[in-house]
Amino acid sequence: MTNSNFTRRGLLRTGAATGAGVALPTIFTASSAAAFTNEPTGGTVTLGFNVPQTGPYADEGADELRAYELAVEHLNGGGDGGMMPTFSSQALDGSGILGKKVEFVTGDTQTKSDAARASAKSMIEKDGAIMITGGSSSGVAVAVQGLCQEAGVIFMSGLTHSNDTTGKDKKANGFRHFFNAYMSAAALTPVLEKLYGGDRKAYHLTADYTWGWTMEESIVAGTESIGWETVNKVKTPLASTDFSSYIAPVLNSGADVLILNHYGGNMVNSLTNAVQFGLREKQVNGKNFEIVVPLYSRLMAKGAGENVKGILGSTNWHWSLQDDASKAFVKSFGTKYGFPPSQAAHTCYVQTLLYADAVTRAKSFNPCAVAEALEGFEFDGLGNGPTLYRAADHQCFKDVLVVRGKENPTSEFDLLEIVEVTPAAQVTYPPDHPMFAGGQLGKCNPGA
Amino acid sequence: MLGLTKRDTILLLVVAALTLFAPFILNPFPEGSAMAQFNAGYPDLMQRFVIFGIFAVGFNILFGLTGYLSFGHAAFLGVGSYSAVWMFKLLSMNVLPAIILAVIVSGLFAVIIGYVSLRRSGIYFSILTLAFAQMSFALAYSVLTPITNGETGLQVYTDDPQYLMGPDSPTVTNLFGLEMRATYTLDLGPWSFDFNAGYYMCALIMLIAVYLSIRIFRSPFGLMLKAVKSNQQRMNFTGLNTRPYTLAAFVISGMYAGLAGGLMASMDPLAGAERMQWTASGEVVLMTILGGAGTLIGPILGAGFIKYFENIFSKINDTVLHQWFAFMPDGLEDFMVFLVHPFIGKGWHLTLGILFMLVVIFLPGGLVEGGQRIAAWVRGRKSAKADTATSKTEPAE
Repeated sequence: MTNSNFTRRGLLRTGAATGAGVALPTIFTASSAAAFTNEPTGGTVTLGFNVPQTGPYADEGADELRAYELAVEHLNGGGDGGMMPTFSSQALDGSGILGKKVEFVTGDTQTKSDAARASAKSMIEKDGAIMITGGSSSGVAVAVQGLCQEAGVIFMSGLTHSNDTTGKDKKANGFRHFFNAYMSAAALTPVLEKLYGGDRKAYHLTADYTWGWTMEESIVAGTESIGWETVNKVKTPLASTDFSSYIAPVLNSGADVLILNHYGGNMVNSLTNAVQFGLREKQVNGKNFEIVVPLYSRLMAKGAGENVKGILGSTNWHWSLQDDASKAFVKSFGTKYGFPPSQAAHTCYVQTLLYADAVTRAKSFNPCAVAEALEGFEFDGLGNGPTLYRAADHQCFKDVLVVRGKENPTSEFDLLEIVEVTPAAQVTYPPDHPMFAGGQLGKCNPGA
Repeated sequence: MLGLTKRDTILLLVVAALTLFAPFILNPFPEGSAMAQFNAGYPDLMQRFVIFGIFAVGFNILFGLTGYLSFGHAAFLGVGSYSAVWMFKLLSMNVLPAIILAVIVSGLFAVIIGYVSLRRSGIYFSILTLAFAQMSFALAYSVLTPITNGETGLQVYTDDPQYLMGPDSPTVTNLFGLEMRATYTLDLGPWSFDFNAGYYMCALIMLIAVYLSIRIFRSPFGLMLKAVKSNQQRMNFTGLNTRPYTLAAFVISGMYAGLAGGLMASMDPLAGAERMQWTASGEVVLMTILGGAGTLIGPILGAGFIKYFENIFSKINDTVLHQWFAFMPDGLEDFMVFLVHPFIGKGWHLTLGILFMLVVIFLPGGLVEGGQRIAAWVRGRKSAKADTATSKTEPAE
């Protein structure tokens, strides 16, 4: 069946061919002359917007993309300028970035680390993107941040709430404007104490993955510090759509607060189940039963509908804020798309502006110069009040909003009301806080 | 050559030529032109083409030869990736130990899963493998987080032990100092071609993988597997125990998947749990069927086809569309964008789905059958011409 006819000559020939094949790649190792990866040389500069267009967070991805398109329009001098006039740094003038017209490429992260990295890689290798931004999940943010560090471009993360992004997985080329699980807990705790008292028994349902755990760890530490008792912590599989079997034991556990460390579709379903089981009307230990959702978003509130009424949570930004910057952004976004932006859209818009501003102030696209301009940068007028980009871990420190589901919403967007604006000082933690320990920024990498 | 028949040698040489000149073939459009959107010759995608080619070739050894449809092959890909990244974390960034361990571990894993799953055939076998793969995915995603780093994905950190790492060792993946990401860019007029070290390493390994696959297809062992496909019961009745053969095929196929996983980690040192999800297992089935199950070159074509759609079509957005149709009057331009919109960007799944249906309905043998039909048509025309020239008709055989 096989026709083996090895000959001395054939073997030699094959050996030589193989050797040549192995040696071939070594002649291709010369590096190019550019000072850093994807140095823009023409009249344009390309940014890469890597957002989930399919999968569980597609809604958020679509809103992020709208915000990016708006930001590019404003940077290039179109539209009404959005938050550019209110931004405390007035380096941007609507002529693009450093006089280069801003162009962009988009990609689909599919909320999968692999797909996100493939998409980001193609933006860097094929389209010559100088900066990558976007994403709606911490896993993706961490994965793409690592890639950008290796490739030598800046990563401005989108919606990512896990402590790890600027904790144990922090990178010198990565920057986060969004708040994190620790900040959520720190902001929520005093409000919980004020509204629900210091003698409560909490039951946790937690999405079984990295973000869920850091969220649970943070909120447990917070609530226990005000004297709450943690009755039970139950992990739920990420793919669950029906949480009835997890809610039933809550009723008999003696707990009087249910904390849902869930996000996106998980949160919508678990909250709906909890309300359907009549938890809201229940009296336990002589107190009203309460539900808390540490990380809220308007898109999730919309999904859960009626059930969010009176439920407490925290958020990075909300369109009903009345400062000039927020009003300008909501107006600009609303004019273009016909509805108010989500917090994901806000953080993505701000990140793009912050990057453009840092480049302009540094007078260079070199990632190291940009990182230097961002590190320790204090700014205001982007909707969150005075904000600091801390140099030690590339995390933004700003006020955190504690919100509650509105009892009488006036429109399908008016679902949350702001209970309290927790000042930045109260949510600030030392860079070596145990929940963030274990990682190193490393050195900034300009690539090339 | 190398114990192959003339036909197979030609096939191998064609594959070799295609992979060697891929940077030219995949970048036919000048940089900066409107068509540059369709260029696929950048290192990451080229690496993906050959790596998924290896994955599909391996899958074809099981599915194409024995007819056993495994719906859990992504598990081996994932296991391979995790083993490779662990080698980076423990030893050094050299890819060789990583790839070797990836193949060994996935092979062992395949022995276990195969031993259990191969007790059943047909749909039951598919479901068993699917169950195992989903189990691995769920474990990697949460329970085994200390080993897999869960949702975030396993990465190399600067404080990892890396026992074989010297002070001057490269910190990116390399083969004895040759960095996998090293790329030489050749500018020829408006064209630009990338030659990437990692790609050529993967391509070389793919050629070896294809060669091995050809040898397996043409061996007595391969014939035995084909017999299993055509009638396993009859084989059993003649007193032959087929299970060792199917198990061997399963393990070989799993090792190919592990090799692909190891290479993926070598090109990009991160392993995510999604690599093991059922969608990833389904993808390799699509690749094989799209290209032509049971053919030698089909799976590679299918892999290239799907990866091309995933990476190129998903990146076309409305702004790009408006540029294309800018020459039309405004109303018509918007209408055209509206028409094309569902098929690009996030709609790439839809386009791929339609193409897949068309191929399955009209070309049941996959892209390879398409190629054969075109070849037959060209040959038919040639011989027809020759016939008229000599004005002599030959009787049909």
